[in-house]
Amino acid sequence: MIRLEGIVVELGGVRILDGVGLEAGEAETLALLGPSGSGKSTLLRVAAGLQPPAAGRVLLDGADITRVPAHRRGVGLVFQDAVLFPHRTVGDNVGFGLRVRGDAVADRRRRVSELLELVGLAGAEQRDVGTLSGGEAQRVALARALAPSPRVLLLDEPLASLDGPLRDRLRDDLHDLFAALRLTVVHVTHDVAEAFALGRRVAVLRDGRIAQTATPDELWSRPADTWVARFLGMRNLIEDDAGLRVVRPEAVHVVPGDDAVVLAVDRRGPLTVLTVRLDGAEELEAATTTLTAPRPGDRVSVEIDPDGVVDVAADPYAEREAAHGRADDADDLPLHPR
Amino acid sequence: MDGDRAPLSGRAGRPALAAVPLAFLAVFFAWPLVAILERSLVLDGRLDLPLDVLASSSTLEVAWFTTWQAAVSTVLAVVAGLPLAWAIARFSFPGRRLAEALVLVPFVLPTVVVATAFVALLPDGIERSVWAILLAHVFFNVAVVVRLVGSYWSGLDARAWDAAATLGAGPARRFRSLTLPALAPALAAAASIVFLFCFTSFGVILILGGPRYATLETEIYNQAARAFDLRTAAALALLQLAAVALVVAVAGRLERRLGGSRSARGARAQRPGGRERAWVAVAVGGTLGLLALPPATLVERSLAVPGGHGLDHYRRLAEQTPALLVTPWHAILNSLLFATIAAGIALAVGIPAAVLAVRGAGGALDTLVMLPLGASAAMLGFGFLLAFADPPLDLRGTIWLVPIAQALVATPFVVRSLAPTLRSVDNRLREAAAVLGASPPRVRREVDLPLAARGLAVAAGLAFAIALGEFGATVFVARADWPTLPVAIFRFLGRPGAENVGQAMALCVVLMSLTAAGAIAADRVLGRGGWRS
Repeated sequence: MIRLEGIVVELGGVRILDGVGLEAGEAETLALLGPSGSGKSTLLRVAAGLQPPAAGRVLLDGADITRVPAHRRGVGLVFQDAVLFPHRTVGDNVGFGLRVRGDAVADRRRRVSELLELVGLAGAEQRDVGTLSGGEAQRVALARALAPSPRVLLLDEPLASLDGPLRDRLRDDLHDLFAALRLTVVHVTHDVAEAFALGRRVAVLRDGRIAQTATPDELWSRPADTWVARFLGMRNLIEDDAGLRVVRPEAVHVVPGDDAVVLAVDRRGPLTVLTVRLDGAEELEAATTTLTAPRPGDRVSVEIDPDGVVDVAADPYAEREAAHGRADDADDLPLHPR
Repeated sequence: MDGDRAPLSGRAGRPALAAVPLAFLAVFFAWPLVAILERSLVLDGRLDLPLDVLASSSTLEVAWFTTWQAAVSTVLAVVAGLPLAWAIARFSFPGRRLAEALVLVPFVLPTVVVATAFVALLPDGIERSVWAILLAHVFFNVAVVVRLVGSYWSGLDARAWDAAATLGAGPARRFRSLTLPALAPALAAAASIVFLFCFTSFGVILILGGPRYATLETEIYNQAARAFDLRTAAALALLQLAAVALVVAVAGRLERRLGGSRSARGARAQRPGGRERAWVAVAVGGTLGLLALPPATLVERSLAVPGGHGLDHYRRLAEQTPALLVTPWHAILNSLLFATIAAGIALAVGIPAAVLAVRGAGGALDTLVMLPLGASAAMLGFGFLLAFADPPLDLRGTIWLVPIAQALVATPFVVRSLAPTLRSVDNRLREAAAVLGASPPRVRREVDLPLAARGLAVAAGLAFAIALGEFGATVFVARADWPTLPVAIFRFLGRPGAENVGQAMALCVVLMSLTAAGAIAADRVLGRGGWRS
């Protein structure tokens, strides 16, 4: 179990982390989700011992390790782009932590081959790391981090530099692996889908503060505020006398009728997302599983499932950011590129 | 343990790391300079400006000659270097890399070798004259022009050139109105470096200038080692120090003012076509051919014996000679020994300095380590004579002053060649190793050392080559019974007779082979992609 309390980090006079607390329980995967520049990687570096915090504590299985240097923490860390030792073979990379620890050669060799098999690269010991593909390198980096049996595994955007099917496959493999090994994991990502797929719980980080920590289902059904809702990809924000509400797209049903117009139709994997505008009112996104969607320009009607309407709090920092002349982060994020 | 206090590796080690270079510079650079200042400015315990020396007609004459020979040498070197710079910058052709490496060879040849080569090359009568000095300076510095201007040139946007051609401007016009102004920053940089080298040139002037021509640098030697007038020598050293500082300052201003509006879009080097082929061939072949002439003549003359060719001069290297207290063969061994020690010292001082420079903690230190480059070699040697002749550090009787002086000259090159290699090591590799349990010393051993090994080898080779050929400082401090190769060559050339000249040339060939082998090896290793961007 790893627990961070009240972590404060300032770099060059800028407060990167402002009293962040989070916890990944035994055998739990915690996804740390946030836009770039929110301080996720810095938080991970604090956990790994690579960045001393100005304030706050790091606890590993209950023991305060805030002042323990990185090389005595016994945590595993995987960087965004592998960062393998270029002058060593795959096997020597994976065995590095074991050798530093002083394991016997035979034990080392057995453990290395075990781990390479675990990450799907059995028999790659003698390969030059320069010959690895991006996905393979990331698997080796994972094996290297796992070899010394770390008490907690820290992943810093391990899939961000991969693309397409490779990325999805490694994501699934990670999920299975973490479950099988009962690992305690903190997984940093800026990708909502990745966070939901891997995290048993998700901590959303915004500008150096935790905006919300919850299970993916809770997060999706009850986002803490409008910023979180929009960051998760919810476009349907309604503000009226009753207050602020979010309508989840799957609760918006498009039915035959004549009080709305279809603006856009996007197929996203199993879902089709329709953008419709109610006559004299706002735009809404509707997600359906249907194969026979209407087409842009069609006249339709819209029914909203009350279960899908959630009251949300206003963005607590909107005023502060407006005062600082800053745009809302969520608007700039290419969460669902068109 | 170190790690218990500092969560981040390195911080705690900074003062300790800085101590080595700082102490070395304080004792062996700052102190000798202070000794020069003291000797020139203080007489009988009172401040006494050496105005009589500085304003004397002979000093003014020397200062004037120093300046104009440097200026003329610079202009000639820039003109001589431009054709090859153009060919290398604009075209790709078989052997381009080789040409680039070869043009570097004269630059790293020891000054005594170059001077001796021109003694061998030039006909009797002008072999020791202003012409010989100018030619030798051009020979040396063509490499600087080709390297600096060539690399800048290859980064220039060629489209303006093409556009001007479509507007009807001929090649000469285009060169004058487009290329030359665009090259100005690189030309200024190259010219100021060449000027500085020629201004502080020592071995070439001492050997080729004969008794008639002296620069500030050689006059320091003449006054200190021949006339034993230390006060005059110190006053001249002071003048030299001020002049070098002035040149560096002016060059810096010039460079800033011309400073690059250089386009990032470089032209891709193309195969020369049509008439260009001939011009490229002339530029490359002509330059390299002319550069090969002095060393080639030197080799030929070292083999020349009455009535043909033979190895007599080389054979006699093992025999006693009136020119030296030991056999020439001993001088070769001395040189190898001293250069090895000097390279060791230069690495011991340069590695911590480079590490600090890379960590961004050593900005001031980085500059400090470069200072010996600005101070001339003769000034360092003279400063050693003054500073280490008395207690507390009386090193006169020992052989240590030679390798220390050589190390002082070589250290800036070690730092300069090592820092980029260290900088190219991704810091996250160190972090990855740390998280896997490697302590800071272990990280240095397992990550930094193997990844910087190639850069270290290059730096060591460079330091060795520089120390091997060092003459200006060595000639002041070398013991008569422990001559180095350059010192032995100088002694032979100072004696009359074809016999002695032949011996000098044979020694030059030995020295040249050792140095050139080292330099080419270093360049090859560098060129093979030791630098990751």
